[in-house]
Amino acid sequence: MHQSRIVITGVGLTSPNGNSLEEYRKNLLDGVARIQMIDMRYMGPKGAIGQVPAGVCDFDPKKHQTRKELRVGTRAGSIAIYAAREAIASSGLDFENYDKSRIGVYVGTTEHGNVETENEVYNISKFDYDTKFWTHHHNPRTVANNPAGEITINTGITGPHYTIGAACAAGNAGLIQALQMLRLGEVDFALAGGVSESIQSFGIFAGFKSQGALGTHETDPNKVSRPFDKTRNGIVVSEGGCIYTLERLEDAQARGANIMAEIIGYRINSDASDYVLPNPERQAECMHQALAVAGIEAGEVDIVNTHATSTPMGDIQEMKAIAEVFGDCPTTYINNTKSYIGHCMGAAGALELAGNLPSFQDNIIHPTINVEDLDPECALANLVINEPRKVDAVKVILNNSFGMLGINSALILKKFED
Amino acid sequence: MTEDQVQQIVIDIIDEIAPDEDTTGLKPEVNLRDQMDLDSMDFLDIVMELRKQHGIEVPEEDYPELASLKSCSDYLTPKFNAK
Repeated sequence: MHQSRIVITGVGLTSPNGNSLEEYRKNLLDGVARIQMIDMRYMGPKGAIGQVPAGVCDFDPKKHQTRKELRVGTRAGSIAIYAAREAIASSGLDFENYDKSRIGVYVGTTEHGNVETENEVYNISKFDYDTKFWTHHHNPRTVANNPAGEITINTGITGPHYTIGAACAAGNAGLIQALQMLRLGEVDFALAGGVSESIQSFGIFAGFKSQGALGTHETDPNKVSRPFDKTRNGIVVSEGGCIYTLERLEDAQARGANIMAEIIGYRINSDASDYVLPNPERQAECMHQALAVAGIEAGEVDIVNTHATSTPMGDIQEMKAIAEVFGDCPTTYINNTKSYIGHCMGAAGALELAGNLPSFQDNIIHPTINVEDLDPECALANLVINEPRKVDAVKVILNNSFGMLGINSALILKKFED
Repeated sequence: MTEDQVQQIVIDIIDEIAPDEDTTGLKPEVNLRDQMDLDSMDFLDIVMELRKQHGIEVPEEDYPELASLKSCSDYLTPKFNAK
């Protein structure tokens, strides 16, 4: 069966350390992390406000939204709109004259609605929990399609929109969904990626804390997220968003688009073993299957961007899986992006991929930072630590993203060659 | 409380819930929706803020009474004064 080649032609993003690909990439190469301590309801002693490390985005939401849209909508929607609008601009598409019914919106989310429900419970707590003070905005804010739907309302896109709930594999899952819909001919142009507003939910922080997975550092918030370091002790929760424009190759070429990369392989599989503990056997299987879809050997991959979240067990498990797949690949380098931006949850996969895409042009691999004492159990030979690595050529990137309930995803991108 | 004061309360609420709208020079007799970009959710916001900020209840069957500033003050002034 003939399958169209699917290419990326634009990207828009907001991450804790950058509101454009250029700014973000520069900070990844310069070793600039941007994590801060923020106030969080109930996270202090006896229910007081406490401080937690978090990645906060500082894009200007009013660039693409009215004040009323901001008041009615959600933070996830706002992040999604910003990233989508920036992606459309980046794609060079004549958006105003394009048939909006042929555009699809596929946004990955780890979760959605916790923030808005927590806020409303807090709101009615000020009125003796009388639900007549519960906002009528609650349901449109919390339906699972909210961030994707807000993009359509803001842009006038009338094609399909929905979110893909895939825990922290969601960013990759959004891209995979878009690829499939383009191949099926359901749409001609897709906005796809992932978003997260998780830092506004105390429940996310409290949940990780109860799980023993919320990261800390004695002095420096920028050193809390330190995958592969011996002293790592957990996750930094971050917000963020990254949306790509995807098209069939022939359509992109017909309009003279700038082609950033081609998606040549992908796979999502399931551990079927535990709610939270990763399963390296299934992760390795996921990467093998993605390589098979791409029709390439492991040794042809130049960069493996890890999912590693800086938890003691998760990082080791992923490195076991990578060693199984790439252990005999001397020119395959391994890096990580969460050491700069924390864990952007539903946006993680899409954002981390974006941080590596410029390697197709500059042949530089951004390092993972904050490794002061490399954990021997994570010490793969080609792990790029603390300093960027210049190589002869970067032609293939494999992007891992894994999530709770044992969802694994691997996406393989190739430098575009006609 | 005077009708003018009640109208100002409604204008203050609109400023809060529809911050992009210009509420200066609103004509009291003309429907609010004909002068501003307000939708049904905005009117629910007005009802909610009257409840939260002023303890005023507007039953659903009376929502049409909020159509214009004049109808708002006709309807709400007795409620404010009965508090």
